[in-house]
Amino acid sequence: MNPFITHTGIVAPLDRANVDTDAIIPKQFLKSIKKTGFGPHLFDEWRYLDHGEPGMDLTQRKKNPEFVLNQTQYEKASILIARENFGCGSSREHAPWAIEDFGFRAILAPSFADIFFSNCFKNGLLPIVLPNETIDLLFKSIYANKGYALTIDLENQFVVLPSNEKISFQVDAFRKHCLIHGLDDIGLTMRHSESIKAFEQDYYQKNSWLL
Amino acid sequence: MQAKTLYEKLFESHIVREEDGTYLIYIDRHLVHEVTSPQAFEGLRINHRPVWRNKSILAVPDHNVPTTDRSLGISDPISKIQVETLDENCKHFGLTQFPMNDSRQGIVHVIGPEQGSTLPGMTIVCGDSHTSTHGAFGALAMGIGTSEVEHVLATQCLILKKFKTMEVRVEGKLNKGITAKDIALALIGKIGTAGGTGYAIEFTGESIRSLSMEGRMTLCNMAIEAGARAGMVAVDDVTMSYVENRPFSPKGEALEKAKAYWKTLHSDKDAKFDKVVMLNGSEILPQVTWGTSPEMVVSIEGMTPDPKNENDPSKRKSIEDALTYMGLEPNLPINQIKIDKIFIGSCTNSRIEDLREAANVLKGKKIAQNIKLALAVPGSGLVKLQAEKEGLDQIFIEAGFEWREPGCSMCLAMNADRLNPGERCASTSNRNFEGRQGQGGRTHLVSPSMAAAAGIHGHFVDIRSLN
Repeated sequence: MNPFITHTGIVAPLDRANVDTDAIIPKQFLKSIKKTGFGPHLFDEWRYLDHGEPGMDLTQRKKNPEFVLNQTQYEKASILIARENFGCGSSREHAPWAIEDFGFRAILAPSFADIFFSNCFKNGLLPIVLPNETIDLLFKSIYANKGYALTIDLENQFVVLPSNEKISFQVDAFRKHCLIHGLDDIGLTMRHSESIKAFEQDYYQKNSWLL
Repeated sequence: MQAKTLYEKLFESHIVREEDGTYLIYIDRHLVHEVTSPQAFEGLRINHRPVWRNKSILAVPDHNVPTTDRSLGISDPISKIQVETLDENCKHFGLTQFPMNDSRQGIVHVIGPEQGSTLPGMTIVCGDSHTSTHGAFGALAMGIGTSEVEHVLATQCLILKKFKTMEVRVEGKLNKGITAKDIALALIGKIGTAGGTGYAIEFTGESIRSLSMEGRMTLCNMAIEAGARAGMVAVDDVTMSYVENRPFSPKGEALEKAKAYWKTLHSDKDAKFDKVVMLNGSEILPQVTWGTSPEMVVSIEGMTPDPKNENDPSKRKSIEDALTYMGLEPNLPINQIKIDKIFIGSCTNSRIEDLREAANVLKGKKIAQNIKLALAVPGSGLVKLQAEKEGLDQIFIEAGFEWREPGCSMCLAMNADRLNPGERCASTSNRNFEGRQGQGGRTHLVSPSMAAAAGIHGHFVDIRSLN
């Protein structure tokens, strides 16, 4: 996993609530047995005017000029901002894989769905919860200023505006630690394998019908 | 002793260790399907890690499998590779799998309980958000991502924070024709699709106690659509008699010992929930979603909303977008909405009672002429066999339905079963998101009897008005 310490990037505004994982990466692309290559199909049904299928020649596809990620000013965006309940729906980790593969490192929203939120951290992608009013102001600033960029300082838990104003955000200490150091949490848990074995011994003695 | 909620009892009995509010939680049952597992198994192979406890795993292909003649195999080469990859992984790691042509194959959330693989008191995970279904058994069950699937395969544990607790109390007697699906949709209509975010929901009250195990599964299945990663119902006699005599459930002395423990799996009388939501079961009417999120729901007596009446600009835009996508006018009575296709199936509503409920409406009738396709997709091979034993297949077929092989089918349209752009479906599934049942497809979520009735009339009708 790529460590996340600080990141500066252009912000793309996805002005929608309840952006679900079916929209983020439609089901036909979940047939892949790999973790990579989902970026070209991020928001496939919104990004393209034709129906997408795995393995299509992307250069032949018709892009939807209205869709935010197809506008030249957001081509290099690496921070996504959206409205409430981002990532609702299925548990598919293909959703954060696609977002990360497209080139995003962080998502700002007033709220996220639980499973999606947790999946992001496993993939070097930082979901940041900010109050509704802050998100609203950021949307307005992005619309008013071409190339609007933010800096995200995970160590100090700040979103830094172009004016240098700092907005603080909360992040779980364990997840922050893993993200900053790019740690694989399976490796971390394996260090406690003796505790797991000890738990099992006691647990199966008490709950012998589970053996 | 401090009074505890069911969630707290389940969580605390599985704590391996804790550090600063981050818990390592032991997992009893790991259900695996073909879509969210290949990358996890690949991770194990790359890191030379074994599966911690093979016995905890039950695997089955369900999302990609065709619901038509299985002897022809899978025609989509990419789907085929994914299903074969599950076969190979199960063989390589020595895991129990019901492959595509096994008579016990079916939707993972149908076969777990059916096999007695889902038991009260367990922690249950699966790389699928509808794992909340299994909470119906007084279990802590939740959907996880693929990284977590790999984590559980390798360590038998999950890293978790404690959820907040929400009691959804549904008191009162349900009216005739009102099902668990209607309770679930009415709840989501009330609290919204993010209403349960961060919470584990426990469903309590007279209306819930009156539900069969299958009804409770339908309800807990939809907890995730209310934003809650886990939904649950306390153990009672209904739970225990369902669990007995299933292939993987304990027998004899072991069962008696288990039952003594299972009886403790309820919230204590004075337990405190972080939030309580009340619904009056006797006031719930048949529900129909009109939009592109399960919270966009009204009763059959209602009509589509008018965005003009919404003051919040963001909500107004959501309503406008949803009506446009759904091809519906504001203030349109729900019972005037005409349907193109019917789907009876999915992990929400494909069990035997669901099929009986739909067949009861369809018996001796034919689907309307405007219905282009009506699918009945049993949740498992065993559900299908049981339905055929009862002659339900004939009722469906005579009514004009196609009687298919078990799988997820048109709930998410990963296989060939899907809506074409603009087609409108009365569906017993769980999500009405844009494109969910096929790009451009329009989904209305309803109960099995409401879907069947819509099939006969060609538009939504109030199930209570039918004999």
